[in-house]
Amino acid sequence: MLDWLGTIIQGVLLGGLYALFAAGLSLIFGIMRLVNLAHGDLIVLAAFAILSLATWLGFDPFLATLLAMPAMFAAGFALQHVLLNRALGRDLLPPLLVTFGLSIIIQNGLLEAFTADSRRLRLGAIETASIELGGNLAIGVMPLLTLGSAIAVVLLLNLLFYRTALGRAFRATSDDLEIAQLMGIDHHRIYSIAMGIAMVVATIAALYLGIRANFDPTIGPARLIYAFEAVIIGGLGSLWGTLAGGVIIGLAQTFGAKLNPEWQILAGHIAFLVVVVLRPRGLFPRAVD
Amino acid sequence: MPNGDENQLIELAQYRIETKTRASAILALAGVALVLIFAVLPVFAGRGLIQDLIFVFYMLALAQCWNLLAGYAGLVSVGQQAFVGLGGYLLFALTIGAGIDPIAAVVLSGLIAAVFAVPTALVLFRLRGPYFAIGSWVVAEVYRLVFAQFKQLGGGTGTSLPPSATNEIFGIEWVKEMFEVRSPAARDIITYWIALALAAGAPLLVYLVLRSRYGLALFAIRDSEATAESAGVDSFRAKLGVYVLVAAATGMIGALIYLQKARISPDAAFSVLDWSAYVIFIVIIGGVGTIEGPIVGVIVFYTMQHYLADFGTWYLILLGALAIVIMLFAPKGIWGYVAQRYRVALFPVRRMLVRPHE
Amino acid sequence: MLETRGLTAHYGDFQALYGIDTVIGPGETIAIIGANGAGKSSYLKAITGLIRAEPDSVRFEDSPIGALGAASILKLGIAMVPEGRRLFSSLTVEENLLIGSYGRNVAGIWSLDSIYGLFPPLKERRTAPSHTLSGGEQQMTAIGRALMSNPRVLLCDEISLGLAPIVIRNIYDAMPRIKQTGTSIVLVEQDIAQAMKVADRVYCFQEGRVSLSGRPEELTREQVHLAYFGH
Repeated sequence: MLDWLGTIIQGVLLGGLYALFAAGLSLIFGIMRLVNLAHGDLIVLAAFAILSLATWLGFDPFLATLLAMPAMFAAGFALQHVLLNRALGRDLLPPLLVTFGLSIIIQNGLLEAFTADSRRLRLGAIETASIELGGNLAIGVMPLLTLGSAIAVVLLLNLLFYRTALGRAFRATSDDLEIAQLMGIDHHRIYSIAMGIAMVVATIAALYLGIRANFDPTIGPARLIYAFEAVIIGGLGSLWGTLAGGVIIGLAQTFGAKLNPEWQILAGHIAFLVVVVLRPRGLFPRAVD
Repeated sequence: MPNGDENQLIELAQYRIETKTRASAILALAGVALVLIFAVLPVFAGRGLIQDLIFVFYMLALAQCWNLLAGYAGLVSVGQQAFVGLGGYLLFALTIGAGIDPIAAVVLSGLIAAVFAVPTALVLFRLRGPYFAIGSWVVAEVYRLVFAQFKQLGGGTGTSLPPSATNEIFGIEWVKEMFEVRSPAARDIITYWIALALAAGAPLLVYLVLRSRYGLALFAIRDSEATAESAGVDSFRAKLGVYVLVAAATGMIGALIYLQKARISPDAAFSVLDWSAYVIFIVIIGGVGTIEGPIVGVIVFYTMQHYLADFGTWYLILLGALAIVIMLFAPKGIWGYVAQRYRVALFPVRRMLVRPHE
Repeated sequence: MLETRGLTAHYGDFQALYGIDTVIGPGETIAIIGANGAGKSSYLKAITGLIRAEPDSVRFEDSPIGALGAASILKLGIAMVPEGRRLFSSLTVEENLLIGSYGRNVAGIWSLDSIYGLFPPLKERRTAPSHTLSGGEQQMTAIGRALMSNPRVLLCDEISLGLAPIVIRNIYDAMPRIKQTGTSIVLVEQDIAQAMKVADRVYCFQEGRVSLSGRPEELTREQVHLAYFGH
């Protein structure tokens, strides 16, 4: 019994990481319906940015992340402003190919700049520290921090969405682009700001990714699929839904691994397909699409 | 009925629906000639060229299939690698396990892939647009992970096609005599002809589907599914039909690919990069929603690969940049841009209302 | 103040407007009537920048605005109440109103309080999600949303569509108070009666052209019928 509880806890904590991967994607997909195939690679890019700042300036990863965040905001804003705004339109395909091209460029650019060597963000003892819960149960401090950060990110983003004028503009643009323009909303600027924010969230995700496991320029796409699954299960436009989605994938993977380590990823995919067949629009879709 | 209205009716009856253009008739002949030239090419060409062409042919065939699915039926799938891998594994299973002749196995693989496509579609059709795209990718990953579990077929590391399976291909003795080559080269030549058949057959298949009433239904669905349904089109059956047809073709192509490679592994067979990303690149760069587009796209892709692949990461960066630049400046692809500018169509599938005496 | 000269509009190959000349003066209320498909909505869309038009074919205070996009048009002070209300479905009533002043936030008569004063039912429903409102409440919200930008010109596209007669009357009862603030109003309607009652002048569209114009009291029923239907 306690054993299963341990598995559940592990699954939820893993879900926190996936939710962080997915939160930025959820933002972008919810507001501008962009399927950003480069999202995973952008997280990896952020991880290398953190690594570089930490190495050059001798800072610890947390401080380096704080410094990297405004830089990544600017990068995301610029990316949207220069490139992605031009590709967005009625069609699904051009943005797909543009973000695919971006993904390849980022991966190979990073390979050129940093080689294919595996990297890690080092924090010291806290990396493996854990909190004893009694009865053989222990929670890792980092996974707990990860989940906590995921929840904090969702809370902050929801605060932005539901308590500010900018947030209203985001939601309006997502609901009905044509009428939002009629209301004087400059949707290109809105999109650029949204992408900037998504990059900040990606930077936070990158921190926890880099601490938890080794990373190299090519791991972006694998993370991307989990992020998409979480976003879709959660439902369009719902950040809590994305968090729930991440947790579901995390739980499914952890339970799958418990049955047979080779089944971990498969279990996650099966869970996704089951949810999506039962609820094609996700668990908590926001109003009408 | 007043006289005026009657005259109008008679005039209306003289209108015809046509799809031919003058350019297309000439090009149809040119196309047949081209296929014949390719067919006799093994007489002159070296093994390297033959192998390169096999690659070009199967990428073209995959591109035509994806184009039919996404460009015409509106089903943007990032999961066709499921059927490529399935076809590959079925080929191995049929030739190694059941001793079936490889050529027959290619066809059989396609048919069996079609059977798998039905439940796959039933799951995927619950989803729309981007959700469908991601869902199809996830399904392909499921296929990959499941096949990695089958130890009989090599598990996660894969397996090879033993010579015993391929040395007995129907016609190989004739080829060895005719072209005075040994088994491996003869195998390549036969594989080449199968690939040519698929590459020539795919655009033809797409063309025939689109010219049929079925194709008209697809156009209607692509433009507006709700409107099409209210006009009596059973969009579910139409989409299911296309999906299964494309799965069968893709399965055959996958079988051919792995017949040539003679070595299969789950990561390679179900690779989203090789069998989806590059294929989608080819179709969109060439021009999605046109039959000519993938042909242009595969020429561009092959040329880049052939001459630039040695540059490693820089080649890939260039590929990515090309994708971006073309999408920004010619979102309909190279052929789409040309076709719109110069009003050309080599494979005309649009129906035109032609007035009498025109 | 706002005029169109030879305004044409196309949807792809289909031409919806064939050279529309209209004048809307400051403080005037203009009714645009016509049958379905006559081009009335296209006219409004061309003015608000949702459809492209020649720069000079639409002029506001002597500046050509025909080629401007929708967001710029709003900033100039031309606000639209779109056909079918088109409220933002994930925003509440109050949020829908607030978004109206996002693009153009100028001091003026219209604010949350004054709009709640104009349409009292909205105050009770201020935190309700917009998709739970009745048709009439949605229409009031849509009008309020447009007013929040304190526009110089208010364009209303078929605000009586799909509403019960008593609801339509309630909404039109608010028109005089909007007129009082000096805003020009353009009312596009299929239902002629209410529009003609509050309008200073009328234009009738038929198949993309102006078929009749004048003051309501000067036009006979036969004239209107002919202009509306074409026969």
